[in-house]
Amino acid sequence: MTIAQPTRPLPAKRRFTRKQRRLTLIAAAGAVLSLAAGLVLFAMRDTIVFFYGPTEITEKGVQPGTRMRLGGLVETGSVQRSDGKRVTFAVTDGKSSIKVGYDGLLPDLFREGQGVVTEGVYEGGGRFKADSVLAKHDETYMPREVADALKKQGHWQTGSGAGTSPATAPAKP
Amino acid sequence: MIVEIGHYALALALGVSVIQAVVPFWGVFRQDRTLASVGSSAALVSFALVALSFAALVTSYVRSDFSVGNVVANSHSAQPLIYKFTSVWGNHEGSMLLWVLILTLFGALVALSRRSLPPRLRAGALAAQGLVAVAFLAFTLFTSNPFQRLSPVPAEGQDLNPILQDLGLAIHPPLLYIGYVGFSITYAFAVAALIDGRIDAMWARAVRPWTLLAWTFLTLGIAMGSYWAYYELGWGGWWFWDPVENASFMPWLAGTALIHSTVVMEKRDALKVWTILLAILTFSLSLLGTFIVRSGVLTSVHSFATDPARGLFILFILIFFVGGSLALFAWRAPLLRQGGLFAPVSRESALVVNNVFLATACATVFVGTLYPLLLELVTGDKISVGAPFYNATFVPVVVPLLLILPVGQSLAWKRGDLLGAAQRNAFAFGLAVMAALALLFFTRGGPVLAPLGVGLGVFLVLGAGFDLGERIVTRASGWRAMLSRARGLPRSAWGTALAHAGIGLSIIGIAAQAWSSEAIAVLKPGERLTSGRYTIVLEGLSPRTGPNFRAEVARFQLFSGEQELAPVEASKRVYTARAMPTTEAGIRTDGLSQAYVSLGEAQDGGVAVRLYDKPLILLIWIGSLVMALGGGLSLTDRRFRLAAPKRAAAVAAAQPAE
Repeated sequence: MTIAQPTRPLPAKRRFTRKQRRLTLIAAAGAVLSLAAGLVLFAMRDTIVFFYGPTEITEKGVQPGTRMRLGGLVETGSVQRSDGKRVTFAVTDGKSSIKVGYDGLLPDLFREGQGVVTEGVYEGGGRFKADSVLAKHDETYMPREVADALKKQGHWQTGSGAGTSPATAPAKP
Repeated sequence: MIVEIGHYALALALGVSVIQAVVPFWGVFRQDRTLASVGSSAALVSFALVALSFAALVTSYVRSDFSVGNVVANSHSAQPLIYKFTSVWGNHEGSMLLWVLILTLFGALVALSRRSLPPRLRAGALAAQGLVAVAFLAFTLFTSNPFQRLSPVPAEGQDLNPILQDLGLAIHPPLLYIGYVGFSITYAFAVAALIDGRIDAMWARAVRPWTLLAWTFLTLGIAMGSYWAYYELGWGGWWFWDPVENASFMPWLAGTALIHSTVVMEKRDALKVWTILLAILTFSLSLLGTFIVRSGVLTSVHSFATDPARGLFILFILIFFVGGSLALFAWRAPLLRQGGLFAPVSRESALVVNNVFLATACATVFVGTLYPLLLELVTGDKISVGAPFYNATFVPVVVPLLLILPVGQSLAWKRGDLLGAAQRNAFAFGLAVMAALALLFFTRGGPVLAPLGVGLGVFLVLGAGFDLGERIVTRASGWRAMLSRARGLPRSAWGTALAHAGIGLSIIGIAAQAWSSEAIAVLKPGERLTSGRYTIVLEGLSPRTGPNFRAEVARFQLFSGEQELAPVEASKRVYTARAMPTTEAGIRTDGLSQAYVSLGEAQDGGVAVRLYDKPLILLIWIGSLVMALGGGLSLTDRRFRLAAPKRAAAVAAAQPAE
C-alpha cells in the first residue's frame, strides 16, 4: 500500500521529542489501565459472591437478601419434589442445615448424602433460594469448598471423595 | 516391554533435552559454530524419543494393557476404539505426555525450518526451548509417570470419565495444546534475542509465523472447547468464565496483542522492547494456565486428580521460567537498540492502542481469575467471580477497542489520515447503526444492549469487507483488473480482514444470546413444551444399550412455529463401569440457530425436559473458525514462505513495501 521511502524526520514531527512521545504513550496507557482498575474495584464490590457453609451463615451473621454460594452435603431424606421442577432439599455440614428451594433441573450427579454447591440468595431464617445448582463433573469429585466446610465442622474423613486419585489408589483386582 | 521402551525413551529424551539446553548456549558463548548447531540435532532426537514414548502409551491404551496403572484408571476394554485412543490424554499423566510431545515437536520444527535464521538466534532459541522441555520432561517423569506398572493386574479398567467420552476429547486438547505450547517458541526467541542483546525486523519476521500458528490453533482449541461444553454439559451454556477457560483465554488475548505488535516491529522496526516483553508474558500466561489447570488448586473436569507434589513442582517451573525471563528482560532489555519514532496518527499508533486495550483486557481476566485464590490464601474467605464481574470489567475495555478497530485497520502506515479513515468507515458505521436501530424497533421491550452488540458485530464485518473492497475495486478498471488486484493482494491482507470479520460474526452470535429462551416442564408422551420459536412434543421414551453404557432415550417431534423440523432425541446415559449418569442433549440446527433439548429425571410416567431456543448461536463458533482461517491465511503469506534474504539484503529490506 505505502511505498517505502527513506525515513527523514518530517517537519511536523519535530514538535515532539522522543521523550514527549513516550510520555504521551505512557500517559494514554496509564489512563486505560487506571480506568480498568477502577472498573475492577467497582465490580469487586458488587459482583463477587462469597461462599459459606451452613454453620458459617449464622457464625458470620449473613444478612437476609445477600447473594452467596452455599455448599455442603445434601441431607439424606430431605429432597422433595413438587409439580416436576420445584425441588427443596437441605444442605448440611453436620452441625447445622439450611433449607434450599430451587426451580429447575438438577445436575446429573445430584444425590442425597453427596456434596453440592448452590448459588442464590439467603432469605434469612435458615432458608435459601437457589437459582443454580452447580454441576459436578465426576462422581468422586467433592467441591473443594464443601470439603473445607466439612473439615471445619469435623465431618471429614480423609480419603472420602476429593484427594483420592484413581491413578494412585490401589486398584481392586 | 513396549511400556518399558516408552518409559526409557522418555528418560532418554530428558537427557537429550539437557544437551539441547546447555550445549548451544555454550557454543554461542564460545563462538563455536559446531557446538551451537548441536541444538538442532538434539531437538530432532528429543522429538523422536518423545514420539516413541507417546506411541508406546497409545499402544498400551489401544491394546487395553491393564498392567499399566494409567490405562486401568482411565480406560475400559468395552470402549470404542476412538475413545481408547483419546483416553491417552483424557487424564493428567497422558495429557502431560501430549504437552511434552507438542513441545518437542515445535523444537523439531524450528530445527527443520529452512528459513535462514541468524545462527546465534537459532541456537539460543533451541537452547531456551530445550530448557522448557527439560522442566516438563522432569515433571512428567518424576511426578506424573504414565508408565507405572500395576501388580496384580486387574481384569478390567475403571473407564474414562463419561463426560470425556466424546469426539471433543479427540479434538479439543490437541488443538489447545498446540496453541498453548506454540507460544513457547516465541518465548524461546525472545529469550535468545535478550541473551544476544540484538533485535531487529528479522527477528519479528522469524517469530511472526510461529505466533500466528500458535494463535490460530489456540483460537480453534478454545472455540472447540466452548462448543464441547455447550453440547455435553446439557445446560446450554457456552462460556462460563471458569478459571480453566480463563487459563486459555489469557494467553489468547496476550497472543493476539503479540501478533499485532510483531507486525509493527516487522514493518516499522519499532515497539521492540514491548514485543519482547509480550512474547515472554504470553508464554508465561500459558504456563500459568498449565499451573492453574494441572496443579489442583482448582477442582474441575480438567484437573483429573490432585497431588500437592505436582502443584509444587509446576509452581517451581512457573516461578523459574517467568521470574528468570523477566529478570533477564530487566537486565538485558536496556541494551536493545530503541525502535523508531512514529506519528500519533498512523497504523502503528492504532496497533499500539490495540495492544494497550488487549493487555488491559487480559489484566482484568487475570485479576478475576487469581484474586479469589489470593484472597483465600490471605483471609480464608472463599469467593466466586463470575460473569457479572467480567461484564463489568472485561466488556467495557473490549468494546471501545472493537469500535475503533475498523478505523485503525484502514489507517496507512507512517502517517495516516484520521479523517479519511473515519470517512471510509462512515458508510459501514451508518449501516451498522441502522441495523441496530431496526433491531431495537422490531424487538421492542426486549434487551436493549443486544441490538447494540449486533450493530457492533455488523460494523466489524462490514468494516473488514469494505477495507478489502477498497483495495480491490477501482472505478476506472473492469472486473478483470479487480480480479487481478484481488489476486495481487497479499494473503496477510485477506487474513487480517477475515480475522476481523470473524470477531464481528462471533460478537453477533454472542449478542443474540440475549434473545435466547428457556422452558422447563415435566412431559408425558404426547405433551408439548414451547420455548421461543420452538415447540417439542414428546413421542416416547425407550431404553437403549451402548457399548459401555445404558441409555434412556426420549424422542421428540420438533416444530418451528407451524413448520415441522426433523425429530430430535435427547437421552440420559448411565456408564456402567463408573455408574455415572450423563445427559446427552438433543440439538437440532435450524439455519444458524439451534433448538436444544435436555432431559432431567424421569418421574411418575413423565420426564423433566428443558428446551432452549438459541438464536444465531452457531455464529459464535463460525466466527471463531473464520478468525482461525484468517490466521491460517496470513500464515501462508508469501513473505513467510520465501527464504529470507541474506543478511545484507535484510538490512535494506528492513522497511519493505507492503
